[in-house]
Amino acid sequence: MPVRVRPRAPSDELMIESMEQPDVLSVDNLNVWRGERCLCRNLSFRVSTGEALQVQGQNGSGKTTLIRVLTGLGRADEGEVRWRGESLRRNSEQYRASLSYLGHSNGVKLGLSPRENLAVASALLAKPIAHNVDVILDKVGLSTHAELPCGMLSMGQRRRTALARLLLANVRLWFLDEPLASLDVAGVTLLIDMLKTHLSGGGIVVFATHQVMDLAPYPVKSVMLGTSA
Amino acid sequence: MFVWFHRLASPPFFYRFAEKLAPWLAWLSLLVILAGLYGGLWLSPPDYQQGDGFRIIYVHVPSAWISMLAYMVMASAAAIGLIWRMKLAHAVSAAAAPLGASFTFLALVTGSLWGKPMWGTYWVWDARLTSELILLFLYLGYIALNHAFEDRRTGDRASAILAIVGAVNVPIIHFSVNWWNTLHQGPTVFFGPKAEMPPNMYIPLFIMMFGFMLFFAAFMLKRLQVEVLQRERNTAWVRELVGQS
Amino acid sequence: MITALIERDLRLAYRRRGELATPVIFFVIVTALFPLALNPDPTLLRTLAPGVIWVSALLAVLIGQDSLFKTDYEDGSLELMLLSPITLEWIVLLRVFTHWLVTGLPLVILSLLMALLLDYPTHALGTLVMSLFLGTPILSCLGAVGASLTVGLRRGFMLLPILVLPLTVPVLIFGAAAAGRAAVGDTAAAPLYFLGAMLMLAVTLAPFAIAAGLRISLES
Repeated sequence: MPVRVRPRAPSDELMIESMEQPDVLSVDNLNVWRGERCLCRNLSFRVSTGEALQVQGQNGSGKTTLIRVLTGLGRADEGEVRWRGESLRRNSEQYRASLSYLGHSNGVKLGLSPRENLAVASALLAKPIAHNVDVILDKVGLSTHAELPCGMLSMGQRRRTALARLLLANVRLWFLDEPLASLDVAGVTLLIDMLKTHLSGGGIVVFATHQVMDLAPYPVKSVMLGTSA
Repeated sequence: MFVWFHRLASPPFFYRFAEKLAPWLAWLSLLVILAGLYGGLWLSPPDYQQGDGFRIIYVHVPSAWISMLAYMVMASAAAIGLIWRMKLAHAVSAAAAPLGASFTFLALVTGSLWGKPMWGTYWVWDARLTSELILLFLYLGYIALNHAFEDRRTGDRASAILAIVGAVNVPIIHFSVNWWNTLHQGPTVFFGPKAEMPPNMYIPLFIMMFGFMLFFAAFMLKRLQVEVLQRERNTAWVRELVGQS
Repeated sequence: MITALIERDLRLAYRRRGELATPVIFFVIVTALFPLALNPDPTLLRTLAPGVIWVSALLAVLIGQDSLFKTDYEDGSLELMLLSPITLEWIVLLRVFTHWLVTGLPLVILSLLMALLLDYPTHALGTLVMSLFLGTPILSCLGAVGASLTVGLRRGFMLLPILVLPLTVPVLIFGAAAAGRAAVGDTAAAPLYFLGAMLMLAVTLAPFAIAAGLRISLES
């Protein structure tokens, strides 16, 4: 951190801000207990722009829990998670504005159509959307089904609606929990394509999955849960 | 002094502290209650209207008082536990709830027993008894919610919210029940500060209230010890303690 | 943003309108049970009408709380609301409001029909409707507090009434008193004012409790 020896001038502000806030998600000595079980013991890692982190582990090892803790939804018992130097415990609006989450459940209302679901998602973003909704729906392959209630769509199509949500705005952090679930081969290709585009733009991806995903040339760090850390 | 208070938040330190203090409080409360009972049951004269039946006031009023005190303790500890994330504070809440509920129940039973010689029925919808009844439901709701969660911490935090919401509501409930009671001019079980109470009646009453408070404190410490042991059962200090005995 | 969220809730409600009729039907059935269980003598019914309508409305609002957060919890939408940069308390307030519009407001309107069934005097109908109009939102807020705490529980629906009913006693007392006083020709101003005050308190404080409850419920 730069040592301030004179009053800040406006140009200093910019310089100090960019030096104090690199886009890094850092985790230090994270301990997560659920009931009697310790899911996470003294876990530490860092993920920066353009990097992906894969959370691996067997069923029930706590992958979902860890992802949720990183988004701020779940509760950590000890340790710190920091984004741009600021701890998650402060529950800041800034953090929530910087992330997108795709959980086990899609977060898709079955009573609404994909287009309407995206309308809700963009309302919740609280900022103008970066891309045209029609373009997004086309990219995820839902343009023909955009007006049908999601209850009438297949599981894979509902998953694609959820994927479309990720494309609404340019957020730095993507948290994906079992993103490949319900996707067919074309869907998997779509997802990997989306991830690579996101990483190339300086984004960060944290995902939990059993399968190995090839995101070359972007580095994929790995965290293994369930074994003694 | 403040440092010592801070250390009290650590479960093992608290456990040892409670172990030492509880017996003193328990014996002291026994003495004070006996003194109060002597004053109330022997020394004070029978009421000119109710004869000896009114003497149940010496148990009824302190129980009702403690039942409300316990709720305030429960809600305050809940707030402390939520704001400062103190595990021990949540243990205090969880320990206070069944104790407070028991005192509420005692207040209801003694109030009901008082009602029989006074009004001929075991239950009257008097303002205070009705408030106590609702308080009992609030306690039961808290206990039910606390035990409904698999993860104890989540259960603690959820029931903490309920306790705080309940605490905010308690004055409103009291006020509305009082208002409702005046509307229908129901009978009043407790001839409160409005009526004159001679010193040989209210002194034993205050002694009993003090004795009940000591009893509550002693009992709380003991319950807290059990709660702490249960919650910390996987830690080294508990294993050591249990291994010793 | 506000219109988008309200639109979402109303659109979903419209498409599930069968489900949302449950509290309303419950209200009608429970009210009808009282004359069946007691003497259908009109004078008796008239005395009981304010209390009966109010108790039925209270229970009906509680029944309706299940649909407040449950579906959103199950399909993952609730998590998205918690992760939105928008202050959760606002989102929650809007949600409770739209929920009241589709479950509480119909009760207020239908109370006119119930008043008819129970021979409630017509000159007092305005006060009855006013008492329910002020009271049902308070009940919705209190129910939502309970719903936020029990949403993650498997049998939370059965626990909800136990948690919420004691808290609703003041609303019941003032609401029924307002309707009762108006029925006998007295002024119902005092209880209505109290209801109004409680409504203000509920609307300003409940969102904080509900949001805290949701965060805690979704923690694990």
